[in-house]
Amino acid sequence: MKAVCWYGIHDVRTENVPDPIMVSPRDMILRVTSSSVCGSDLHLYDGMVVTMREGDIIGHEFMGEVVEVGKEVHKVKPGDRVIVPSLVACGHCTFCAEGNTSWCDNSNPNAWVLEKMYGQSPAGFFGYSHGFGGYAGCFAEYMRVPQADVGAFKAPAGYTDEQLLFASDAAPTGYQAAEYANIRPGQTVAVWGCGAVGLFAMKSAWLLGAGRVIAIDRVPARLRMAREQCGAEVLNFEQVDVVEALIEMTGGRGPDACIEAVGMEADQGGLEGAYDRVKQTLRLETDRPYALREAIRACRKGGTVVVMGVYAGFVDKFPIGAIFNKGLTIRAGQQHGHHYIPQLLRYVEEGRLDMTFPITHRFSLDEAQTAFELSRKREDDLVRAVFFH
Amino acid sequence: MRDDAQTDTNLGQTERLFSLVGGGLVLLAALRRPSISTLPVALGGGYLLYRGLARQDPVYEALNIRRNDDGGKLLVRRSATINRPRAEVYAFWRNFENLPGFMEHLQSVTVAAEDDRRSHWVTRAPLGQTVEWDAELVEEQAGELLAWRSLPGADVENEGRVEFRDALDGSGTIVDVTLEYRPPLGAPSVVVARLFGEQPWQQVRDDLRRFKQIMEAGEVPTIFAQTSGRLQEVANERARLRGE
Repeated sequence: MKAVCWYGIHDVRTENVPDPIMVSPRDMILRVTSSSVCGSDLHLYDGMVVTMREGDIIGHEFMGEVVEVGKEVHKVKPGDRVIVPSLVACGHCTFCAEGNTSWCDNSNPNAWVLEKMYGQSPAGFFGYSHGFGGYAGCFAEYMRVPQADVGAFKAPAGYTDEQLLFASDAAPTGYQAAEYANIRPGQTVAVWGCGAVGLFAMKSAWLLGAGRVIAIDRVPARLRMAREQCGAEVLNFEQVDVVEALIEMTGGRGPDACIEAVGMEADQGGLEGAYDRVKQTLRLETDRPYALREAIRACRKGGTVVVMGVYAGFVDKFPIGAIFNKGLTIRAGQQHGHHYIPQLLRYVEEGRLDMTFPITHRFSLDEAQTAFELSRKREDDLVRAVFFH
Repeated sequence: MRDDAQTDTNLGQTERLFSLVGGGLVLLAALRRPSISTLPVALGGGYLLYRGLARQDPVYEALNIRRNDDGGKLLVRRSATINRPRAEVYAFWRNFENLPGFMEHLQSVTVAAEDDRRSHWVTRAPLGQTVEWDAELVEEQAGELLAWRSLPGADVENEGRVEFRDALDGSGTIVDVTLEYRPPLGAPSVVVARLFGEQPWQQVRDDLRRFKQIMEAGEVPTIFAQTSGRLQEVANERARLRGE
């Protein structure tokens, strides 16, 4: 079959590889019908994620049609059209039982790697390095999905792939960010990053009762999408001092909740930008945290900062003093997709959530290199690239 | 968790003696010709001397290794929390024939047909060798405690003990495992360690993780034989999966 394999920095290739096989009675084989290049895939593309191996099939946001199921799979059958979250969950450990599936104890075959780094390992992810499990990803014609009864969600009838695809990752991640923000009616939520996750965080903030949503980015097309599709007031961080602006816009208090949907490869000019780029290049820090520093500085006293952009290692000049003295609550983590997908699909069916709008570009798997280059450079007004397989 | 009986020392007598004498000699030799190039040697000698005098090795301490007496026995303790009822977790472990399903170095355990307190254990050793012994259950408290010990004549004397208790917050059953191996007649403990993987303390942690995965998820997660752009690797793994 055809699949997109990772070979190194800015080197992904569409190749012929063996078809996937089932190795457990809880597995299923999925014919992937559509998938999307997530911002976190760009960290792989830029070589920021360790424990990748040449030839790894990448991709983790997808949906498709079930073609084969193991004999322990009872909830889906061949022919079903399903959405699968970007991670594997066992469904039975204490974390899965309480809905926190990205903390699953039992789905990462290489848990020991992350235990060395983090103390404990999160769940295994599709197509996201061997530390995170090494599972073959979704930029392929077919893929193996372990624990299918836990991970496959039937697509509601009458909707296209475009209308449902982001239920796999971007939408639940954004929704979780808004839920973690602990929004009370009428409160102000600021969101750093107008990629798909940030945009869904804005939509979700409205669904959860926000009174005001402010978006921060520097790419005009993305700011426009935040304003027009997500009802956000927008700030271009290249034109204004974001922290000053936010404090002024909120009666001198700062936003009640600040959602950071940017992650470890944040863009920043000036001295601070140069400082972090040098340290990151020398591996003195692994992640560049400008947006996070800003969010912490802008957030009102007693407010909540939600870290939804992907971080992997260590950051420098972390403003712990502001967190302590303003009594901030920090919440963070990978999406617990299994917990949020049913709710999000209900919102879609009720007409309260459109998940189609971030798609700006459509590619075939053969055009993977182009899709990645455009996504990386954020050129051509690209917000999200989708593969139709 | 620490061994309560011997709190201050994690070195065996032989190892301690070697450390004292060897470290002292190395240090003296280095100090007779002090220079930048002999500094690391002096530091190394000093370290050996220190651990000999202090009767304990900070590196071992950090790695949770104990080798007190008995010619370098190896003691490993590990703990895990399993989200299943205590009786079920206990019952699975009580059938020793289940152990090779999650203890990687074990090839098989066969429980004696006439007496379920006796069993025969076979482990994988380097170079395709096996190490075998007979063991007997020495303590059994249903749902709470299992302890077994190799019988005289074992290639490697060893014993194991598992305690089962309820997690206070209702998150399942906590199992505390202690394994102890004694090499034949003073063989260096590192030889024993090699029998059970490069790092026995990591090995037991991985074994316990697999135990948890089997109890909770029904399977040990794997990416073995999955597809990738590494065509030869995929072919090799799939051949192994088919038993070729």
